Order: sequence, then structure tokens, then C-alpha cells
Amino acid sequence: MASPDIPNQNDVLRTVDGIPLKTALATASRRARIRAFLLVVPLLVFILLTFAVPIGQMLSRSFTDDKFSANMVELGKWFDANGKAAPDEAAYAALAADLKTSAEDRSAGNVGTRINYELPGTRSLFTSAARKARNLEPPFKEAILALDPQWARADLWAAMRSASAPATLNFYQAALDRQIGADGEFEAAPENTQIYVKLFIRTFVMSIVITGLCLLLGFPIAHLLAILPLRHASLLMILVLLPFWTSLLVRTTSWMVLLQTQGVINDLLVWLHIVSDGGRLEMMYNQTGTIIAMTHILLPFMILPLYSVMKTIPPSYARAARSLGATSWTTFRRIYLPQTISGIGAGGILCFILAVGYYITPALVGGADGTLISNQIAFHMQKSLNWSLAAALAGMLLVAVLILYWAYDRIIGIDNMKLG
Amino acid sequence: MALPIYADPLERAWYYSYRVICALIFIFLIAPILIIMPLSFNYQPYFTFSPEMLRLDPDAYSLRWYDNLLTFGMSAPDALRDSSWWSDVWHNAKWVQAAKNSIIVGFFATIVATVLGTIAAMGLSRPEMPFRKLIMAILISPMIVPIIITATGLFFFYSDIGLSGTYFGLIMAHATLGIPFVIITVTATMMGFDRSLIRAAQNMGAGPVTTFFKVQLPLITPGVVSGGLFAFVTSFDEVVVVLFVGSHEQQTIPRQMWNGIREQISPSILAVATILVIFSICLLTVVELLRRRSERLRGVTPS
Repeated sequence: MASPDIPNQNDVLRTVDGIPLKTALATASRRARIRAFLLVVPLLVFILLTFAVPIGQMLSRSFTDDKFSANMVELGKWFDANGKAAPDEAAYAALAADLKTSAEDRSAGNVGTRINYELPGTRSLFTSAARKARNLEPPFKEAILALDPQWARADLWAAMRSASAPATLNFYQAALDRQIGADGEFEAAPENTQIYVKLFIRTFVMSIVITGLCLLLGFPIAHLLAILPLRHASLLMILVLLPFWTSLLVRTTSWMVLLQTQGVINDLLVWLHIVSDGGRLEMMYNQTGTIIAMTHILLPFMILPLYSVMKTIPPSYARAARSLGATSWTTFRRIYLPQTISGIGAGGILCFILAVGYYITPALVGGADGTLISNQIAFHMQKSLNWSLAAALAGMLLVAVLILYWAYDRIIGIDNMKLG
Repeated sequence: MALPIYADPLERAWYYSYRVICALIFIFLIAPILIIMPLSFNYQPYFTFSPEMLRLDPDAYSLRWYDNLLTFGMSAPDALRDSSWWSDVWHNAKWVQAAKNSIIVGFFATIVATVLGTIAAMGLSRPEMPFRKLIMAILISPMIVPIIITATGLFFFYSDIGLSGTYFGLIMAHATLGIPFVIITVTATMMGFDRSLIRAAQNMGAGPVTTFFKVQLPLITPGVVSGGLFAFVTSFDEVVVVLFVGSHEQQTIPRQMWNGIREQISPSILAVATILVIFSICLLTVVELLRRRSERLRGVTPS
């Protein structure tokens, strides 16, 4: 490894080979770095392929939809040439030509679906016009308007113009409860169709409530585990770890069994004469059910980080505070609590991140008003088939989660994440 | 921590009420899991304790829902229970098929996640690792990113490359979800690993491969196995990705449960749940034993 261009100075320390020690060390440590990195490369490539690429592709889908632009070529050309001008005879001619082709290759449904995303109720306009497109004669404007006067709608042409380019921000606009107005500009959707912003707010509020409940229930438990002798603590720890290891669906099922109107809790309350038989509590298929079940499911994620922090707090600090005259409340507030902040932060952010993206439990016990943003994404993926909107909602959720993840890393550090 | 002698009456009262509060929270944690066990033996198709059950009347209990797990989906459930009946169970029963699928997918996903995860954790735990924090953040992100986003992404990606509805695609997806757990547990074990042992082995002429298999691996095995178990449980409990990228062939236990809960929740679900709880108790025991073994190996003694 001797390189000829090293100056031969006597004051530089050298290895046996005659290379300056500094260079040799740099080479060796670079090799060590490369070797360490090579060990990680296979996994990194794997995660990239099965995780990063799919999510990236999904995000790109949230910005594009070519169901309209790929099938309505002539109209696309007209929009390119004329921009925002009012549709003239040439525009209607292009529309008629495109409708004819779409009738031939049976793509009118797709085209209509795309416009239907922006203007609900317009899908049938395209499918029925395409069926009759063969008989259209010039002048096309009158002919098409004779089929349906709705074709003159300004907002319809605005929607077609924005759909004629495959790249679009429309789905993000829709995910923020905005729609194309009559003048072709985005405006706030009517009050009764604004659902996504409300749903995001509800998701965040419920996640905060669940995280708060987890902290409220987890703090005493973690503290008890930390102060008990290790033998007793590890026995009690099993009670925390067993739910952690139990299948999510099992835990959700048990809550469904417990919370039903004819379930165990209601039976118990009736038996204790706390509620009458007719006044059984509705605890499932609403927010209460989601909050109870998710608090139970996420509680171990709060207890474990709290416990690992509390275990390291020496009890002598509290004793010193007491001997200096502090009351037990002051000791807790001024001495103990500040030392647990990092655990509270770790558990709190972890619970919140997991709660924000939760899907299974809200889907099963949430009913109508206890569902979260994830359930809406699943709805658009499986039922309404508006995949680009689903991708846009997922993209927004992803950004929120990544910000929280970044905060977690800054405050606690990812290396400090522990399981059990 | 015992009650100090200088405690005033208020503190005494708090000391005991604190224990009561903690006991109640422990009940909240564990009761939902335990309550489904007796209910799964209910003779009636209800989800609550009948008066007969509370009187411990043996007639109120039955194994019919467990039996239902075997017979559901069979071609001839009422036939004589001989070897051909059992072969019918093995080939046709829905829950048995689901269990087979779950085990196949879980097994291979665990192998992929554990092997790749352990190798990467070896690199990550080296002090000279470049971009350590960033890479760690990327590798742990499958645990953080909401499962619905991962599933949506995989749905599009797999439809494009023709992997949807294949076992291979499902195994890869489940391996991805299990990797963060392997990374976390194995790096935690590696942190306590005395690196001078490696240098000692190298000093005595062992190559890197020998050093790994003879020195490093025996010491980190408990961590690797618990990471693997975490990965297995993650796959065994995963339903959303299966729903999005799996075909009807890939009916796993969670998916079958999901369908059962969504359509008509029957007590058979409770029987499955009971079996799964017992399964998780076994896993927890194994992990706990491994943790103690690992602590003993590394010379950490419980205080």
C-alpha cells in the first residue's frame, strides 16, 4: 500500500511499510466504515424495494391520474391551445371525437369516473353521451347540448381542463375539503360535504385523548414496577407484557365481547343495579368503544418506556428532598416528575404515532363516529375506488407521522427504543 | 418500597389507595384477555355468562365451538370420526387451512427478517458505522408508518409487478414489517456485547467467520431468537396487508378472524382467541427465559 508520492520526512511517524501513521489509520478506519456499511446494505436494499419504493409510488399516484387525459386526447389538445377560453365549436368537436373513441374502446366509464371525483353526479353524463356519440353531427355544440344541457356547465369544463393534464393537485385539494367552483378556481366545499379536515381533527383529538389516558393509567403502573423489588416487579411485568404479546384482533374481540349492550360489563352493571335493564350503556360502535379499546392496546407502549426511565432514578433523591423538609407532593412534583420527563416524552410520542395511524380497532369497534383517517383511506381503496384520493390522504397522514417520528428522534433518539 | 415510619396518616391512606389504583389498572390490562377464555366454553351462542355458567353447571359448558373450528368448511363434517374424517379436516377445514397459511408465511417471513436484520444489526452496532442514525431511522420506519399506508403502497406496487396474491409477495411484506423488531432487539443485545472478545478471538488467529459463529453468535443468540419471535408474532397477527395484497388463497388466521368479526361474530372466534392467548403465553415465557439467559451470559445479575 506504499504510495510513492509521500514525502520522506523524518519527523512523521511511520508504519513498518513506511506509510505515515496518519494515512494508514485513515485507510484502516475507512475500510472499517465500508465493512460496517456493507453489512447493512442487503437490508437497506430490501427495505428500499419492499417499503420505500411502494410508498413512493403511492405518493406519485396521489399527484397523477390519467384516466381522463389518456382517453380524451383531442380535448386535451384544445385545452393546450386555448387555455381558459370559453368552449367554442372546435372544443365541442374535439369532445365529440373523444366521446366517439371512448365509446369504441369502452373507456367512457373511466373518463366519467375521473370527472365524477371533482363533480359528483357527472359520471352518467359521459357514459350516456358516449353511447350516443356515433350519431353526433356538426354543429357539435348544439348536438351535444341537445343530449344534455349540463354540458354547458362552466364548472364541468373547468374540471375537464384540470383533468386533461395527468399531473394534478386536485386530490390534495379534495383531501382538504376544497372543490372546483363554477369559475374554475378552487373554493371551500359546502359545509355538509366537508369531511376530511374534520376527520383529521377528530383523529388528532382522539389520539391525544388516548395518549393522555395511557399516561394517566401507565404512570402509576410504571412507578409501582420501578419501586417494587425486582422479583415482584418481574411477576407484575408479565401482566403488562401478556397484553403486549397477545394478538391485536384477540384484544379487540375481547373488548367487543365486553362492551356489547348484551355483554359482560352491561350485565354486571345491571346486576349491581347501577343501570336499569332498559338503560344499558352504548359503549361500542362509537368513540367510547374506540377510546377504551385503543387505550388498552397502546398502554404497554406507554408503560415500557416509562418503566425503563423510572428504574434508573435513584430513590435517594426523593429521600433527600423529604429530609430537607419537602412534603411528599412537593417531592413528587419538584424532584421525581422532572426526572421522568424523557420517559413521558418517549411513551407519549410513541403512543400518539401509533394511535394516529390505527386502523383495525376503529374499524371493528368504531362504528360511524369512532373511525379515524386510516379507515377513510381504506374506504377509498376498497369501496369508492378513488385510489388517488386515498393516496393523497395517505400522503398527508404520512407527513404528519414522519414529523412526529423526527420529533421522537430529536427528543429521545431512535437507538433508545426498547421492547420489553 | 415499604412505607417509611415517618409517614403521616394522609400518606398512609395514599400508600394503600395507590396500591388499589394499581391493582385496578392491572385488572383493566389483563381481564379482557382472560375473560374470553371461560366464555369460549359457553354452550349458548352468547357472549356473556349465562346464569347456569355462574352456577358452574357442567351442562352450560361445552367444547362445541372448538369442534366447530375443525368442522367449519369440511365436506362431510357429520361423518364418522375416523382417519378419513381427520384427513378431511386437514384438507378442507377453513381454520386449519388458515393456520397452515399463517405458519408458512410467518415462518419464511421470520427467516428473511431475522437473517437480514441480524447481519444489519452487526453493522449498526459497530462504532465506525457511518450515517448510523439515519439508517437506523429508515430501518425502523416500517414499525412507525401506519400499516394502512404500507398496505396501500404495496397494493399498487404488487399489482404493477404481478406479486399480488402470491405467497412470495406476502412473505416479503411481512418480513419488512418484522425487521424493525429484529433490529431493535438485536442491536440492544449487541450494545451489551464486549467487543474485546472479538479482538481476542482475532488475536488468536480466528477469521471473521469463525469469530462470528464461535464467539459472537452464541452470545447474541438470545437476542436474535427474541427478535425472530417478535417478527413471527408480527406476521402471525397481521391482517391489513393480507387484506390488501392477498388473494383468497392466502387466508390467514387473522384474516379469517377479521371476516368472522365483521360478518357475524360467532363464539368460534372466542375459541380461536383463547388458543391464540395460550399461544402468546407460551411465546412470552420463551422470550422471558431467553432474556434471563442473555443477562446471565453477559454477566448482568438481577439486583
